[in-house]
Amino acid sequence: MYEFEYHRPSSVAEAAELVSKADDGALMAGGQTLIPTLKQRLASPSDVVDLGAIAELKGIRVEGDAVVVGAGTPHAAVAGSAEVQGAIPALAALAEAIGDPQVRNKGTLGGSIANNDPAADYPAAVLGLGATVTTNQREIAADDFFTGMFETALTDGEIVTAVRFPKPQRAGYAKFPNPASRYAIVGVLVAETSGGVRVAVTGAGSCVFRASEMEQALAGSFSAEALDGISVPADDLNNDLHASAAYRAHLVSVMAKRAVAAAQ
Amino acid sequence: MTEFGIGAAVKRKEDFRFLTGRGTYTDDINRPGQLYAWIVRSPHASADIRSVDTDAAKNAPGVVAVFTGADLAADGVGGVPCGWQVTDKHGEPMKEPPHPALVADRVRHVGDQIAVVIAESKDQARDAAELVEVDYAELSPATSIADALKDGAPQVWDEAPGNICYDWELGDQAAVEAAFGQAAHVASIDITNNRLIPNAIEPRAAIGDYDPASGDYTLYTTSQNPHVIRLLMGAFVLSIPEHKLRVYAPDVGGGFGSKIYHYAEEAIVTWAAGKLQRPVKWTAERSESFMSDAHGRDHVTHAELALDGDGKFLALRVHTDANMGAYLSTFAPSIPTYLYALLLAGTYTTPQIYCNVRAVFTNTVPVDAYRGAGRPEATYLLERLVDVAARVTGIDRVEIRRRNFIPKDAFPYQTPVVVQYDSGDYQATLDTALRHAEWDGFEFRRQEAAERGKLRGIGISTYLEACGIAPSAVVGSVGARAGLYESANVRVHPTGSVTVFTGSHSHGQGHETTFSQLVADQLGVPLESVEIVHGDTAKVPFGMGTYGSRSLAVGGTALIKAMDKIIAKGKKIAAHLMEASEADIEFKDGAFTVSGTDKSTTLAEVALTAYVPHNYPIEELEPGLEEQAFYDPTNFTFPGGCHVCEVEVDPDTGVVEVVNFTAVDDVGRVINPMIVEGQVHGGVAQGIGQALLESCAYDQESGQLLTGSYMDYTMPRADNVPSFHVSHEMTLCTHNPLGVKGVGEVGAIGSPPAVINAVVHALEPLGVTDIAMPATPQRVWQAIQAAQTQAAAE
Ligand SMILES: Cc1cc2nc3c(=O)[nH]c(=O)nc-3n(C[C@H](O)[C@H](O)[C@H](O)COP(=O)(O)OP(=O)(O)OC[C@H]3O[C@@H](n4cnc5c(N)ncnc54)[C@H](O)[C@@H]3O)c2cc1C
Repeated sequence: MYEFEYHRPSSVAEAAELVSKADDGALMAGGQTLIPTLKQRLASPSDVVDLGAIAELKGIRVEGDAVVVGAGTPHAAVAGSAEVQGAIPALAALAEAIGDPQVRNKGTLGGSIANNDPAADYPAAVLGLGATVTTNQREIAADDFFTGMFETALTDGEIVTAVRFPKPQRAGYAKFPNPASRYAIVGVLVAETSGGVRVAVTGAGSCVFRASEMEQALAGSFSAEALDGISVPADDLNNDLHASAAYRAHLVSVMAKRAVAAAQ
Repeated sequence: MTEFGIGAAVKRKEDFRFLTGRGTYTDDINRPGQLYAWIVRSPHASADIRSVDTDAAKNAPGVVAVFTGADLAADGVGGVPCGWQVTDKHGEPMKEPPHPALVADRVRHVGDQIAVVIAESKDQARDAAELVEVDYAELSPATSIADALKDGAPQVWDEAPGNICYDWELGDQAAVEAAFGQAAHVASIDITNNRLIPNAIEPRAAIGDYDPASGDYTLYTTSQNPHVIRLLMGAFVLSIPEHKLRVYAPDVGGGFGSKIYHYAEEAIVTWAAGKLQRPVKWTAERSESFMSDAHGRDHVTHAELALDGDGKFLALRVHTDANMGAYLSTFAPSIPTYLYALLLAGTYTTPQIYCNVRAVFTNTVPVDAYRGAGRPEATYLLERLVDVAARVTGIDRVEIRRRNFIPKDAFPYQTPVVVQYDSGDYQATLDTALRHAEWDGFEFRRQEAAERGKLRGIGISTYLEACGIAPSAVVGSVGARAGLYESANVRVHPTGSVTVFTGSHSHGQGHETTFSQLVADQLGVPLESVEIVHGDTAKVPFGMGTYGSRSLAVGGTALIKAMDKIIAKGKKIAAHLMEASEADIEFKDGAFTVSGTDKSTTLAEVALTAYVPHNYPIEELEPGLEEQAFYDPTNFTFPGGCHVCEVEVDPDTGVVEVVNFTAVDDVGRVINPMIVEGQVHGGVAQGIGQALLESCAYDQESGQLLTGSYMDYTMPRADNVPSFHVSHEMTLCTHNPLGVKGVGEVGAIGSPPAVINAVVHALEPLGVTDIAMPATPQRVWQAIQAAQTQAAAE
């Protein structure tokens, strides 16, 4: 780790100011990605702005037809939340399957989606449920938020404050974990929402994406059988030690069916 | 059996300090004025070093010194030695290239050491290391056995043409060929024994310390055998005589073989401490462990088994290429030869065996012993091949094993591969295992699984291994550059408590408990009155350390022999005290009695008399009660048994789940059943790791380590293994007084073929006949796809 200035502001406004004034500032939420990156000397920010003491970023509340999760809410809180379990059980189950207990108690929703790791789970929930990302500057629709590998619509220093998940009629998530890291080799979230059926796929490609052919099939009949014979093209999928593109394409179909079967 | 003696499931004495965070590991030790070392490592698999510029690093904040290979050479520092010389099939010694502690001319694997930066803090050392400028001329590397053996392959060492370290053979090739000529059936197999990275929970660490007043050096290090390190480093690398060098391995958090070897960092910090007259500490980062701890396995093998019409094995012929990595690690040459080919008879009566092994240099981390060391490779080959033989002959997998087992009345049994087994009962371990695994009920379980869409399979391995290394003369005659005895010193204190100094080293095995139990059993003292001291050359007279499941069979025997001397001397003292003849003195449960009388005295009274010799046979006997024994075994020990694995495969994803695992092991006499069971659990978890999860991968072109962190290297975790069913069938070792054989490695040796045989069995209905380790979901799925494509084509 190189040396940096450490800040621990107590409001979003203060955090935004600190990060904008810094030469090369980095926001830190749970630190589960940022700290390993610093320890491996892959990043050398001049300032680290710790969001951990900002109360307004934390918490889960039901607002009308939506569940709003503060960006600083750790995965364990989402997994254990009665509100989330009642309104969107698939979201609670997804959070429960992230990492290990330490990671779930430190890692946050905001950190996960801001980082947009291609193998992360939350992007599938945000995109699949058609959520809206709230920042200190604006609201961003899920379809516009994830722009590429480790890339999002966030501008420099923009802070995610919350994510609003509309309650679906039903939704399910199925994850095929990487045997080593246990991130998603493939994760598929399917949801029947007021805006139609959405199928979001993480892990398989360079960035979370929607499987439109599957969405159409499920719109006709929301059943695993409806997906028979439908697959995503392997061409653009990731290819690594653990899974070839062809295997990933196959797993997308299998996980999609399992997600449909698990949907509630 | 007493409450704390042999056979008692005593809770481990050492666990209190470990579980409460009070262990003292090397990195917990800090010496006054200590400096920190950071090693500059090669980012390339193969490159010539044109120049190394350390000026900027030397001027960085906190830096005390930067040393390169040239500095070591100028001071006459030697290379890291290899402890075993294999002679090839033409009678020539193996190629033994130099292994400098810091390389000056060419780097040969990613992670190779080039320079050391020593500073007031670890961060300062690391910051400055980034300022060391190395000008490399990159070369293309040979990163696998196959690549290194190709015509025109890059040469790792000029002195080893074709990258061959040695081409070695064992057995009567002509007799084997003749037997194949008579065969009714031939079973053959091509297998890869996947390369593994050891991953002890405690990374390696070393502190060098020098006392200018006395001229004494101390090395604190994460070692399984501190005396061996003292010998190798003192004599070959730094020229420090034994009486001026103390090597201390305090609590060590796992080794699995990777902490046997003498590593360059140990020599570097010791030398630098003398040079700078300040202590120097180095602790590996986890990513350094991945690229600098010796790796394990990495064999490519073709083997054939000839059978007669009744399914009796006639001959076995094996060709293996074994990866040595870029340098020869301490025991590396012996692993694919004497610890491998000598095991190829297994539990079977195969009369003729021929084995040819080529050891191959590659631009990868050195490969050496890893839990099992050669025996897992032999067992995996044999037990997979026997299943193939069953398929080829149409004989049931269990039946073909029974037909070929060495019968229990055939011991001592001389194998065609040098070793002579002393005892065993393979039918018994097999019978018990089949019963515990409910082998006969399998078809019912298979159908039930099929209803859930799962493919269920069951696999078996009836393995044998060799422990208790080893008769010094025997290993010496085949190239070992050391003796492999063990020592023990037993000090009975004046009030009757006991301190044992053992040359064995515990780094997770629980010796402090097991060895205490031996003392409690033999001398009748309570467990809490026994202290086991190990790991410190300043305290322990001598020792060859712990590996190859040798501690109890060799170190435990030395301890028994030392206690025999204590009892013999005690009898003389007791005879004097009780005015009886020495011949009439009996010793039992801590008391000396005059036989046939009620006269009795305790060990404590005898000890007090020995140290306060007022009324003492001082003419004939020295005062004091302390004895020492060195024990050099007369043979290896031969644990064996049967492992049965049951798996379920998800055909949609290729995921293999181990649903049942049964181990019935014959490890000889069991001193502490709880520790024995724990050793089997750990070993089987590692075996399942090798079979299903773990694999070290290098990028073929660049030689970069692709599995350089836990993001990509799949360690087995609790949820990858079932609740094991572990039990024992005992035959005693006939040549050591305890009858013990060894248990440290049986789990890792017996289990991989049982797992893979089960996976193949599960997939057989789909037409799959082979699957490589590790049977990852992707591999299994691909095997299913390939079999289906082939079936569709037929
Ligand atoms: C061992 C391990 C296993 C894991 N397994 C999984 C897994 O299975 N599935 C999975 O999805 N994830 C997994 N993760 C990732 C983890 O769950 C976290 O989601 C992730 O590390 C980032 O969250 P964080 O809160 O720790 O963010 P940090 O590491 O603190 O930050 C990550 C990035 O996001 C930025 N950032 C943080 N908060 C905000 C904000 N509010 N607004 C804008 N930018 C922000 C930071 O500047 C930084 O660039 C794992 C991590 C570890 C260490």
